[in-house]
Amino acid sequence: MVWENLKHRPVRTFLSAIFIGISVTLILTMVGLSRGVLDDVRERARGSGADIVIRPPNSTVLAFSGNMPHGEKIVDLVRQRPHVTVATGVLIESIGNFQSITGINLDEFNAMSGGFHYLEGGPFQRPDDLMVDESYADSKNLHAGSSLDLGNGQVWHICAVVEPGKLSQLIAQRNRLQDLYSATGEVSVIYVKVDQKTNVPSVLDDLMNLLDGYPIYTIEQLANMISVDNISLVKGFTRVVIGIAVVVGFLVVLLTMYTAVLERTREIGILKALGASPGYILGILMRESILLAVCGSIAGIVMTYGSQFLVHKFAPPFLRQAIVPDWWPYASGISMIGAVLGAIYPGLKAARQDAIEALSYD
Amino acid sequence: MTDERPMIEIHGLKKVFHTGEVEVHALRGVDLSVAKGEFVAVSGPSGSGKSTLFHILGGLTPPTSGSVSIAGRDLLSMTEAERTELRKNGVGFVFQKYNLLPTLTATENIEIARDIAGHHGPRSAQFEEIVKLLGIGGRMDHKPRALSGGEQQRVAIARAIVNDPALLLADEPTGNLDSENSEAVLKILRDLNERLGQTILMITHDAEAASFAHRIVRMKDGRIVN
Repeated sequence: MVWENLKHRPVRTFLSAIFIGISVTLILTMVGLSRGVLDDVRERARGSGADIVIRPPNSTVLAFSGNMPHGEKIVDLVRQRPHVTVATGVLIESIGNFQSITGINLDEFNAMSGGFHYLEGGPFQRPDDLMVDESYADSKNLHAGSSLDLGNGQVWHICAVVEPGKLSQLIAQRNRLQDLYSATGEVSVIYVKVDQKTNVPSVLDDLMNLLDGYPIYTIEQLANMISVDNISLVKGFTRVVIGIAVVVGFLVVLLTMYTAVLERTREIGILKALGASPGYILGILMRESILLAVCGSIAGIVMTYGSQFLVHKFAPPFLRQAIVPDWWPYASGISMIGAVLGAIYPGLKAARQDAIEALSYD
Repeated sequence: MTDERPMIEIHGLKKVFHTGEVEVHALRGVDLSVAKGEFVAVSGPSGSGKSTLFHILGGLTPPTSGSVSIAGRDLLSMTEAERTELRKNGVGFVFQKYNLLPTLTATENIEIARDIAGHHGPRSAQFEEIVKLLGIGGRMDHKPRALSGGEQQRVAIARAIVNDPALLLADEPTGNLDSENSEAVLKILRDLNERLGQTILMITHDAEAASFAHRIVRMKDGRIVN
């Protein structure tokens, strides 16, 4: 009966499921974006090839900007420590829209990471040369030889399109970026490579003693810190979106079921005449709502692939949306809670209807 | 045909409705006794109280005063839950407008009555015979909109008796049917009464329909007049 009732009004059922689906998509997109962006940041940190990362005092997990005024001197100091094979400083400057450009010393970075994999073009030749990664190039339709104005007082010449996963989507030469941002001698992050993995803890201790007040992590510590649980802003956003999704699910089901109850007044009267208890009638509406929520959840999960496509196509290139199957049950459960809450009032209204009045309803 | 203890026993039954500050006396002291296995027609003009009597006997509304019992069960002292229980198994309804659930097939309309009554096993052989008797065997997978009025009313009768109720209440069962279908439905009711001993109380305006019953009870102004 439950399924037949939903089939009886296919357009309303379809629209209700889609609206519930939107709330599910909202949750999955929010979580997917958080995870996608953070996974990307983590992957890029690991892609540096470094074992240890030194960041400026008072920096936060995601905020790489904020420079060490005498960064290059610190790099020289670090380079001389025992077991350190490579140390290189990079300068990160924001260009707005949550995006940044990273300045590197190519030789040092190659020594640390094993070098870039060039998909088009090759290494820096000119001061205004800029390497972009493949995902950025795709989203902006850039190729080696293209020009790019990032609004930072420099029209860049794309010298290469490189494989993603190393440091940043936009990579320039450090000294050019230092000139451009009046940051001579400054770096934002220092990457350190150690001769053997077993020496990483001792080098870490040594650097912590040397650079008191500087956040210093192994690359794995940093990667673990880059998670939704450690970033309160993302956690807060996710909670707000979950709250909105519950409210949307609640309102959609409330409206749908309220309309259905009004429309089915006579049928409810028939059920009562047959001896259906208030619990039986409430149960039918609850099952309908849950079925709607299940359909909506499936629709929402499918629509997440659509939102992923739209994010990839139209959102800023740094935004990546991951598909998060582990969140499918949570998002479905959240929509279910909204649906059940939304069905309570119409369900009680139906259950309390007077059978005689309901039977005379046309 | 008759048993010592009446199926329906009513004494001094009154029902008062409150419409705002106005009191409407729908039943003003009804006395009636219907024996087990009897087929009684209740006739009377609009406003005579026959529908109110139908609703009280069906447990759809409580009486105001007097005594009324069905198969020995006192309706006056029943709670809402007990009246719901009575409707599940004690009485079956046949309405003028058939009142089938439009989203369900004929079979499902009958099954839901069994489901509500908590009967989940296979239907009895007797019931299958009744379906044959009703002549709806080939129409059971159709939804009400695909059935004629006569067929819908037969399905409604099948639904009303599927749980073997002590009493079958029929409210103008032929009111929406042409004369041919009316006669067929009335014959079915009479057959059910004669073959299965089903006690039936039928509300009707129609004298010809009433003539199918063993006894006709006339109502006027909330009282039985003969």
